[in-house]
Amino acid sequence: MTWKQRLGNAVPVILLTILTIPVVAGYLWIIISTFSTRTYGLVPVDREGKFGGLTLRNWAFLWEDKQIWNVTLNTLLLAVLLTAGVLVVSAMAGYALSRISFPGRKAFLGGTLILHAFPSVTLLIAIYFILRQISKIPVLGKGLPIIGGFGYNTIGGVALVMVALQLPLGVWLMKGFFDNVSWDMERAALIDGCSRLRVWWEIMLPSIRPGIAALAIFTFIGGWGAYLIPYTFITAQERSTISAYLQSLQGDTSPVNYSRIAAIGIFQLIPVLIFFIFTQEYLLSIFSGGTKGGT
Amino acid sequence: MKVKLEDLSKHFGSVVAVDGINLEVRDGEFVALLGPSGCGKTTTLLMIAGIYKPTQGEIRFDERVVNHLPPKNRNIGMVFQSYALYPHMTVFENLTFPMRLQKAPRQKMKERAESVATMLGIGDLMDRRPGQLSGGQQQRVALGRALAKEPDILLFDEPLSNLDARLRLSMRGEIKRLQLNLGITSIYVTHDQVEAMTMADRIAVLNGGLLEAYCPPNELYDEPRTLFIANFVGNPPMNVWSAEVVQENGAYHMRNKDLDVLVPPERGQKAAGRGSVLAGVRPEDISVSDAGAAGEVYIVEPLGRDDLVNVNVGSTNVNVLADPELGLKIGDTVHLRFNTRKVQFFDPTTERSLLWA
Repeated sequence: MTWKQRLGNAVPVILLTILTIPVVAGYLWIIISTFSTRTYGLVPVDREGKFGGLTLRNWAFLWEDKQIWNVTLNTLLLAVLLTAGVLVVSAMAGYALSRISFPGRKAFLGGTLILHAFPSVTLLIAIYFILRQISKIPVLGKGLPIIGGFGYNTIGGVALVMVALQLPLGVWLMKGFFDNVSWDMERAALIDGCSRLRVWWEIMLPSIRPGIAALAIFTFIGGWGAYLIPYTFITAQERSTISAYLQSLQGDTSPVNYSRIAAIGIFQLIPVLIFFIFTQEYLLSIFSGGTKGGT
Repeated sequence: MKVKLEDLSKHFGSVVAVDGINLEVRDGEFVALLGPSGCGKTTTLLMIAGIYKPTQGEIRFDERVVNHLPPKNRNIGMVFQSYALYPHMTVFENLTFPMRLQKAPRQKMKERAESVATMLGIGDLMDRRPGQLSGGQQQRVALGRALAKEPDILLFDEPLSNLDARLRLSMRGEIKRLQLNLGITSIYVTHDQVEAMTMADRIAVLNGGLLEAYCPPNELYDEPRTLFIANFVGNPPMNVWSAEVVQENGAYHMRNKDLDVLVPPERGQKAAGRGSVLAGVRPEDISVSDAGAAGEVYIVEPLGRDDLVNVNVGSTNVNVLADPELGLKIGDTVHLRFNTRKVQFFDPTTERSLLWA
């Protein structure tokens, strides 16, 4: 390699390094501060401001605060409900929009895009009233086990609202993936003896596994980190989620322990990382198709 | 099983894809649907498969009208250009998928899959996935999947178009032999006239949604009913010129301002006295000789066994198959001899043959 080529290779690396430093520094700070009494920049210090002061105090919430496990389970339940709901509806609606021509198809596609553009904050009050109405439905409103129901102040209700808000994106994403599956494959399956539903289940869904994985990840992360909607529509503390719990630690009247908040933040990150490890194979898999050319 | 199309039409909105086709395929027959892209041949095939519903007309299997029968109840095997294998299943699972849907016993599925795989030489690929196979192997699996379900009718939608030239040649022969051995009624869609000519018992030529001709390959070649068929069938394509046929001293001449060629009376008389007609002579019926119409070589395309030589006779352009040993070069002056025993004449406005009703 000549020095010119080396320079050519080095320039992008240097540029990217510079651009990444703030992000890396941020993560470093979070991790360091969770194990420190205080920090001075990236340097952990003790109360007198000298180097040191390393401690596990900030992680004590794991065994001292009973509420954390309750909120974690609530958040997990919400994220799973949300992911399941979005996946099922998006996969079916996406297939229909991709493959079946019915009256109002175009209008529907356009409409969902517009709906997606609405900031959910503007809908909060209206949704509140709707959830109150749903609460009045016997059993379904607030009488279900585990999820509580689909009304106001229940995890099911929050999941319902979030599913609705996520659907436009999910449906479009799924439609895009279905569009890329060749018609021939579907025709072959129909001729081989499948019903339309069976084609969807046995042929189409397995063909778009990477898409489903992608949607699952984004929805799960969305549900896991959701703040605004759970915070607004769940008032009971025993049903609250991690993000809302984090918020409750930053009261106006008492001093805020940022190191502890950072620790909970890291704790909140762990399931997402685990989820990524299991789905990344699908996300990154280059699609090996059984078709070539044609449409 | 017999297949009968009666006045079959398919409209997509205002577009007429297939326009009133009548066609009968005999039991065990191999029929090719031949035509350029967009002529409606695949649409016709998909109607037979049950994927598209006909706008008009009837499809009969034997005597039964199947217009509203869903594809899964038609017992059809279909091979696609894109192979359309299921990428998430192994070869074995692909082969047995139709039988699995019919809830066939495991043992039977295994036996049939193995016998088909042996027949097609893909026995050692059973555990692979389509993504790990070459194009030729994928096409064999696709063919195997269609055969393993023991269909009444086999449909082919340009199955060889994605294969390389050499493989296409050998697969052509293999499909033909398989079809003969198994005796399954087959309908084969292709835009390649060589494929149609070599494989089919009868060829249906489609153009713009209309059935132009339906006859055995030789008849299609020797007695083209329309100018379209004459141009489409045969490689290199037929020479077609505007000319007038006149009778002089009991002999018939085909004449334009550059050419004056004698034609056989039984053909000539049908075109004589009509003013300008379109005359067609295939390149293999014209030869380079010492005497005859003189022209200048414009292009020489070596085809191996022959040279395809493009000669300008005045302003008339003539394609000729010549012996490569003549060593013709661009700019050479050559003389052409026309063998008009097989000359074709077409009406210039209707483009229908004047010789074959």
